[in-house]
Amino acid sequence: MANLLADPDSGLTPAQLAARHGLRVAGERPSIGAYSGQLWRYRHFISAYAHAKLTASFSNARLGQLWQVLTPLTNAAVYFLIFGLVLEQSRNIPNFIAYLTTGLFIFNFTQVSVQQGTQAISGNLGLIRALHFPRACLPLAITATQFQQLLGSIVVLLAIVVATGEPITLMWLMLVPAVLLQTVFNAGLTMVVARLGAKATDLKQVMPFVLRAWMYGSGVLYSVNLFAENLPGWATAVVQFNPMLVYIELARISLLENTHLLNDSLPLTWLIALGWAALAGLGGYLYFWRGEQEYGRG
Amino acid sequence: MVNLEMSNDVTVTLPRIQERIPTVVVDDAHVVYRVHKGAAGNTSPVAAFKRMVTRTNAPNVRVVHAVRGVTFTAYRGEAIGLIGTNGSGKSTLLRAIAGLLPVEQGAVYTQGQPSLLGVNAALLNDLPGERNVTLGCLAMGMSPAEVRRKLPEIIEFSGINQRGDFASLPMRTYSSGMSARLRFSIAAAKQHDVLLIDEALATGDKAFRKRSEQRVRELRESAGTVFLVSHQLSSVRDTCERTIWLESGEIRMDGPTPEVLAAYEAFTNGK
Repeated sequence: MANLLADPDSGLTPAQLAARHGLRVAGERPSIGAYSGQLWRYRHFISAYAHAKLTASFSNARLGQLWQVLTPLTNAAVYFLIFGLVLEQSRNIPNFIAYLTTGLFIFNFTQVSVQQGTQAISGNLGLIRALHFPRACLPLAITATQFQQLLGSIVVLLAIVVATGEPITLMWLMLVPAVLLQTVFNAGLTMVVARLGAKATDLKQVMPFVLRAWMYGSGVLYSVNLFAENLPGWATAVVQFNPMLVYIELARISLLENTHLLNDSLPLTWLIALGWAALAGLGGYLYFWRGEQEYGRG
Repeated sequence: MVNLEMSNDVTVTLPRIQERIPTVVVDDAHVVYRVHKGAAGNTSPVAAFKRMVTRTNAPNVRVVHAVRGVTFTAYRGEAIGLIGTNGSGKSTLLRAIAGLLPVEQGAVYTQGQPSLLGVNAALLNDLPGERNVTLGCLAMGMSPAEVRRKLPEIIEFSGINQRGDFASLPMRTYSSGMSARLRFSIAAAKQHDVLLIDEALATGDKAFRKRSEQRVRELRESAGTVFLVSHQLSSVRDTCERTIWLESGEIRMDGPTPEVLAAYEAFTNGK
């Protein structure tokens, strides 16, 4: 074939010709610094995309964005019926309604982020194969969407907390760093499952089980003291490091007056929360970036 | 050896350019797809989990070798038509050039970031056209101020408002021609070093096709190279002076458009 030389005039091989004119390999992964810079330039796209997704997801429902609040509320009502009334968890917990809704809303933030994160790449292949942008935009947009959702839920949560007789204290301000740390944690985790989900499409089927097990291990529905009472010592120690348990506990401490911590000390709880945010945030970002050039393949 | 002489002819027809500057170099590129055939075999969560643990592929994955060792060089100022029967690997090749699909073997070198503009560029169908324009422009890396400035221009160019105010209606209400026009208009709003057009001109009515061909010519003059994938041989003939004919993922012919089209027409008619 005549294809050995790219340019008959100069007698160069394709690679040499490309190098001479400064061409780069198509779809090459940028360095982590350059990638972060790109991502920063695409911040408007991330927020626009997050907002668009939020609008689009409710565009066919008649109640529209009201579902943003109605869904977690309905969930809370169902769980209250079962765990509060039938299983009588409310006996051990002073303000069970507030305890339950705090746990549910905080857990829901991570749960939905992770659920949608598995589809961040595989569900957007059309977009990925059509346009060039740093792919981390997609999982980050999911986190941003869920963060907006959470803000709506928190307004409802605060109303519930006050309505069930909790005082408004300065401790409420602690909710802000707690939620921010959780958001970083979520972003990292969403990026991890996004990359995993891009290759292993089975992840979508397995995720509901993982998330349900995680929910039961995070003391969302019942008193966290049950862990200490019924589990062997080492298992309780493991549960204490469960990031979701930690984020939920921090939210509960800030909002509720009488609540127990599974961890003995509050500073330690904060440290665990910070550690998980740093680990998941940085680790997830690096892990996602390393797969950048593969995402179009599907 | 015929191919070499042909590409030399192309140089003669481009008197504007003294030294030919390559913008896309494709070196023995192979592209392989892994396709999930959908529900087949055991799809229960337990089986899925077992596959994940044992790290085996789902049984319903098939490997498709879509591009098999393609080599060519494209130069600044060229408009290249890509033709071939359905499934010959044209669109896949474009995606590989755009860096959207990684090559399995070989390499693709490009100048700058090539932009692919195709009919299946998925936008959000539940959102109005205007919002999609904003989103698409941001996804191409424009600044919000630039997007605001370009928005009316893009809507105007796409002509979707010719039958009333469609720009504020969700895109799922658009006809296929309208949404293809809007996608083309979004992508054509930016200056590209290398522009890859996938069947985008085939949809849309005659007036729009005229406008878009005009736009492609402008983009060509201002920027680098244009690739056009089309089954509409007339639009290849009008816009491209060089044509590459792909068949089963391999280059069958590469040369001046009239000759390649003649051979291609003889091939398809003879079938």
